[in-house]
Amino acid sequence: MSAEARPGQGVGARVPRKEDARHLHGRGLFVPDMMLPGQREVAFLRSPLAHARIAAVRKPPGSEGRVFVRGDMPEVLPIVAPSTLPTFKLSEQHHLAYGKVRFVGEPIACCVGRTRAEAEDLAEQVEVDFEELPALVDAHQARLDPSIRVHEEWSDNLYLTLQLDNGFDECSKKADVVVKREIELSRQSMNPMEGKGTLAVWDDRANQLVLHSSSQTPHLLRVGVARFLRLNEEQVRVIAPDVGGGFGYKCIVFPEDLCVAWLALKYRKPFRYVEDRREHLVAGANSRQHHYNLTAYASKEGRLLALDAEVTIDGGAYSNWPFTIGLEPGQATGNLPGPYDFRGYRVKTYCVATNKPGFLPYRGVARTGVCFAMELMIDAIARAVNRDPYEVRLQNLVRPEQMPYDNVARKHYDSGDYPRALRMAREKLDVEKWRERQKRGEPDKRIIGIGFASYCEQSAHGTSVFAAWGLPMTPGYDQAAVRLTAGGGLEVRIGVQSHGQGMETTMAQLAHQVLGIDVARVQVVHGDTGTTPFSTGTYASRSMVMSGGAVVNACRELIPRFVRIGAHLLKAPEADCRFENGAVIAPSGSVSLKDIAEAWYMRPERLPENVDRAGLEASVAFKPKRDTGAFSYASHAVAVAVDPETGQVEILDYVVVEDCGTLVNPMVVEGQAIGGIAQGIGTALYEEQQYDANGQPNASTLADYLIPGPTEIPAIRIFHIESPSPYTEFGMKGMGEGGAIAPPAVIFNAVNDALRPLGVEVRDTPLTPEKLLDAIERAKAVPKREAA
Amino acid sequence: MKPAAFDYMRPRDVGEALKALRGANGEAKPIAGGQSLGPMLNLRLARPKLLVDVSRIDSLKEIKDEGDAWRIGACVTHAQLEDKALPGCELLAHVARRVAYRAVRNRGTVGGSLAHADPAADWPLVLAALDAVVRVAGPAGSREVRADAFMTAAFTTVLADDEIVESVRVPKPGAGARWGYYKFCRKTGEFPEAAAALLLDPERRTARLFAGALDRPPQPLDGVARAVAQEGTASADMIAAALARLAPGLGPAARKLRVTAVQRAILQS
Ligand SMILES: Cc1cc2nc3c(=O)[nH]c(=O)nc-3n(C[C@H](O)[C@H](O)[C@H](O)COP(=O)(O)OP(=O)(O)OC[C@H]3O[C@@H](n4cnc5c(N)ncnc54)[C@H](O)[C@@H]3O)c2cc1C
Repeated sequence: MSAEARPGQGVGARVPRKEDARHLHGRGLFVPDMMLPGQREVAFLRSPLAHARIAAVRKPPGSEGRVFVRGDMPEVLPIVAPSTLPTFKLSEQHHLAYGKVRFVGEPIACCVGRTRAEAEDLAEQVEVDFEELPALVDAHQARLDPSIRVHEEWSDNLYLTLQLDNGFDECSKKADVVVKREIELSRQSMNPMEGKGTLAVWDDRANQLVLHSSSQTPHLLRVGVARFLRLNEEQVRVIAPDVGGGFGYKCIVFPEDLCVAWLALKYRKPFRYVEDRREHLVAGANSRQHHYNLTAYASKEGRLLALDAEVTIDGGAYSNWPFTIGLEPGQATGNLPGPYDFRGYRVKTYCVATNKPGFLPYRGVARTGVCFAMELMIDAIARAVNRDPYEVRLQNLVRPEQMPYDNVARKHYDSGDYPRALRMAREKLDVEKWRERQKRGEPDKRIIGIGFASYCEQSAHGTSVFAAWGLPMTPGYDQAAVRLTAGGGLEVRIGVQSHGQGMETTMAQLAHQVLGIDVARVQVVHGDTGTTPFSTGTYASRSMVMSGGAVVNACRELIPRFVRIGAHLLKAPEADCRFENGAVIAPSGSVSLKDIAEAWYMRPERLPENVDRAGLEASVAFKPKRDTGAFSYASHAVAVAVDPETGQVEILDYVVVEDCGTLVNPMVVEGQAIGGIAQGIGTALYEEQQYDANGQPNASTLADYLIPGPTEIPAIRIFHIESPSPYTEFGMKGMGEGGAIAPPAVIFNAVNDALRPLGVEVRDTPLTPEKLLDAIERAKAVPKREAA
Repeated sequence: MKPAAFDYMRPRDVGEALKALRGANGEAKPIAGGQSLGPMLNLRLARPKLLVDVSRIDSLKEIKDEGDAWRIGACVTHAQLEDKALPGCELLAHVARRVAYRAVRNRGTVGGSLAHADPAADWPLVLAALDAVVRVAGPAGSREVRADAFMTAAFTTVLADDEIVESVRVPKPGAGARWGYYKFCRKTGEFPEAAAALLLDPERRTARLFAGALDRPPQPLDGVARAVAQEGTASADMIAAALARLAPGLGPAARKLRVTAVQRAILQS
C-alpha cells in the first residue's frame, strides 16, 4: 500500500497499534469475560411472532424473583425517541413487550439464573397466549395500506416523510435522455464479533449503579439509563471495557440494558446479559433495507442535470434512542446526490414502520444505500448514452476548482479533488489490461467485468447538522483532559470509545505530535464515564476530528505552563525559552518534561511563590471551525470474473483511492478501509435477512446468514490522496465508515459490465448465485435488447 | 443458545456404548465430533437426556488396509483423512480437504457425517459414488448397509436408536479408474449448494455418478454415468432431464447450478 509513511511517531507515522498485544494474546477484557461475586445471568423470552397481541403471560410456578415481565418493573419508563423533523411520529418501546409484540425476537420476559443455560431453561417455561395479527413485512404495502398498523395509535405506518425540491423542474426540462431504475438493498444485521452485552452492578461504596457495557457511547448510555430509570445521572456510571466492534449497533439504549440495570438496582447484585448470535441475527436485523425509484435526467453526453427520487426505508418497529429513526431517511435524502455536480433534485423519502427490528444506523449510515443507487444510476446513464461509465462518472464529479462546493442538497463539500481519485483508481486498476483480457475471453469461460464507484462522505458533522435532525441529543464540543504525570508521561482522557479503531494509538500520536512525548508513555483513557470528560461518543466518523482535535488543543494548552516552570528551573527569562521536542529550551540549557513534572508534583520547593497554579492538567473543549462536516471521499475500482454457469462472482482486483485529509496513521486508515470493505462485500454478495409472509426471519444462524470470511475478501490495494480539511486540526477528516460505502456499488457495476453482452443488469443486493443465474436464464428467454 | 441439561458418559468400547444406548430407551444420542450435534444441542433442536461419547473408542478410530479396500473407523476425523493419503483412494483426501474448514475437520468424523445425514454433506455423496459399505453395530451384532442406501431421507438413516456406525469399507478402484468431484459453495467452508461425484472404473466395468446437495439423499444418475463411460461425455439436456426426474421441484436457477456441478465433475474425471 502506498502512503509514504512519515518518520517518527507523530501525525502520519505508521505506528503499530498499542492495543494489539493484549488482543493477540487473548488478554482483552470484554463484558462476557467478566465474573463478579454473586453474578446472575439473564436470558430473555422473545416473541416467536412478528405481530400479535399478548393476551396472557404465565410464569412457571416457583419462579418468583427470577422471571419478570413489563408489569413487574413499573419504575422503567418506555423508550421514546423524539425528533423535530416534520411529520415525525413517536413510537413507544417498552423494555419488555407491553400489550403487543411487534417483531420476532422482541423481549417479553426477563429470566434470571446462575448460568445462562439455567436462565434459558426458565425462559422456555414461560407461557404466553398470543392473538396473532397480520404482519407488515413489505414496506410499500405497509405504507399504502393503513388498515393494519404497527402502532395502532397512528393513522398510518409512516414514521416520517421527507421532501426536498431544489431546481428540479427547471433542470429536468433541459434533458435529452431520461433513465429510470428501481434499486434495492436487503435487510442486514451488523454482526460485530461481540454482540451487545451489559453487566450491571450496584456499587454501595460509590452509591452508584455501574454498567459495564459493550457500548460505543458510554456517556449517552449513562444519560439514557438515568432518564429511563428515573435516576440522577450522578448515580449512574457506565464503563465500556474492550468492545468487540460496534458499527452503530452499540450506540443506543437497549431494552436489555434497562432490564439488567433495574435488576441490579432492585437486588443489589450483579446481573449480566450477553447477546448470542442467534439473538443478534433475529432481533438485530435492523439495517440497510432501502428501496429506490430513481429517474435521472441527462444530456446526450451523459451529463446529469436532474434527479428525481422516491426512497423507501423499511424502518422496522421502533425508533431507537437517541439516534431515532429519523437519522436514516435524513441521511438518505441529503446524501443521495453524492459527489456529483448537478442542480436539479427532487426527492421524497418515506420511512415506514414494519414488523421487523427497529432500524439502527450501520457503518456508512444510509450512504451505502445512496451510493449503491447513485452509482448504478451513473452506469445506467452511461449505457443510455452509449458511453464508458468511467467517462460519464468523471465528467459529472464536482471539480477541484469548485471547492468548497455547496451541492444540490445543500451539503457543503469542504475540499478535495474527486476526479483525481477516480483517474488514479482507473490507472491503478490498469483498465487496459482488463479490457484486453475481457475481449480475449477466459479459458474457463468466466466473464470479466470492471466497475467504478465514487462517493464522498460527510464525516464529523457537528451541531448544526444534528440540530437540523432534531434528535434527543446534539453533539457539540468534544472535550479532552490531559495530565502530565509525575514521571513525565502523559494521560489523555477522552469521552469517545475505541473499539477496533486503534485510538489508544492514534490519540497518542496526536499528543506526541504536539508534546513530543513518546507514544509508549501516552496513556489513553476512554470508555468510562467516571474518568473521562463528556462526549456523545464514537459514531459518524467523528472521533479523530472531534475528540482528536480536543486532544491536540488540550496538549497545546499545557505548553505555556511548561515554559513558565521550565524558565524558572533554567533561571532564564520566559521570553528566551521555547518548547521543543518534549523539553523547554533556553540559551543556557534545557529541562525535560520529566524535570518539570518532578518540580511541580514532588519538589514544589524548587518553584517560586507566584507559580502558575493552573498546574499540569488541562481540559479543553473543541469543535472544528465549521461543523458541517469534513468530507472524505474515495473511488473504488474492481475487476471481477462472473461464472455464468454457477452465478459465482470472484473479485480479481480491488483498488481504493481515498482521501481522508491528513492521515494520522496510514496503517490504521488502511485497516479501517479493509474492514469496511469486507462488510461492503457482505452487503454486495452475501448478507440478507429474509422474511416470510408472516414476518418470520429465515436466518437464525451463520449457516443461513452468510458473511464473507477471509477467503472471500481479496487483497485490497489502497492508495491515498491527502487534501487537508480547512476546518479541522491538522486537516484530518473522519474515515471510519467509508470502506463500507462503495463495495456494493462497485461490484454490481463490474458484474453489470461483464453481463452487458447477455443483456443482464442486476440491481438488488445481495447478488446471490441463484439470483444471478435466474437473471441470466431469464435474459436468455427474451430476445436481446439494450437496457436503457 | 445453551443446551438443555443432559448427562454425559464416555464408554471404553463399542459394547459399553451400545449398552448405554439401549438402556436409555431412545433418549440417548451418540456424540462423536459434535460438529453437527453441538449446534443442534445449543439451538435445543436436539434434547437427548444422555450423550454417549464414542469419540474416544480406539477401535472406531482405526484406518485399515484390507487389500482390496480401506476400512475407515467411524470416528476417524476429516482431518485424519486429509493428512493421510490412502493409496488407491486418493479421492478421500481430496474430499476431506474441502469439508468445512480445518477447525471443523479436526473434530468432525466420517461416521458422524453419515449418521447426521445432511444431504449436502460430502461423505454421504462421495461414499455412495465409491460404492462403500457401512458397518453398523447393534444389539444383535454387526450388519452391513450399502452407503447409497444408508440415508433414507434428509437427516434420516437406517440406524436404529440403539445402533452405531462402526466403520466404512471403501473398495479400492481398479487401475485406470478416474474420478471427478465438484461442489459449489457460496463461500469457503459452507455446505454446498450443488455437488456431484463420479467414479469411472473400466477394470470393474462400473460407472457411478451421484448428484448431492438436494432435498433428499444423493441421487444416482445411472444413465448419464453410462453415457459418460461409453462416450466420454453427456449433454446438459440429458443431465437436466435426469435431475428433473430424480429431484423434481427444482427452479430454473437451482437446476442449472446442479447441471453445472454434474458437468464439472464429469470434466474433472
Ligand atoms: C461450520 C461447519 C461447516 C461444515 N461444513 C461441512 C461441509 O462442507 N461438508 C460436510 O460434509 N460437513 C460439513 N460440516 C459438518 C461436519 O462435517 C460434521 O463433522 C459432521 O456432519 C458430523 O460429524 P461429527 O463427528 O461432528 O458428529 P456429531 O456432531 O458428533 O454427531 C452428528 C450426528 O451423528 C450421530 N453420530 C455421531 N457418530 C455416530 C456414530 N459413530 N454412530 C451413530 N451415530 C453417530 C450423532 O448422534 C448425531 O446425531 C460442517 C460443520 C460445521 C460446524
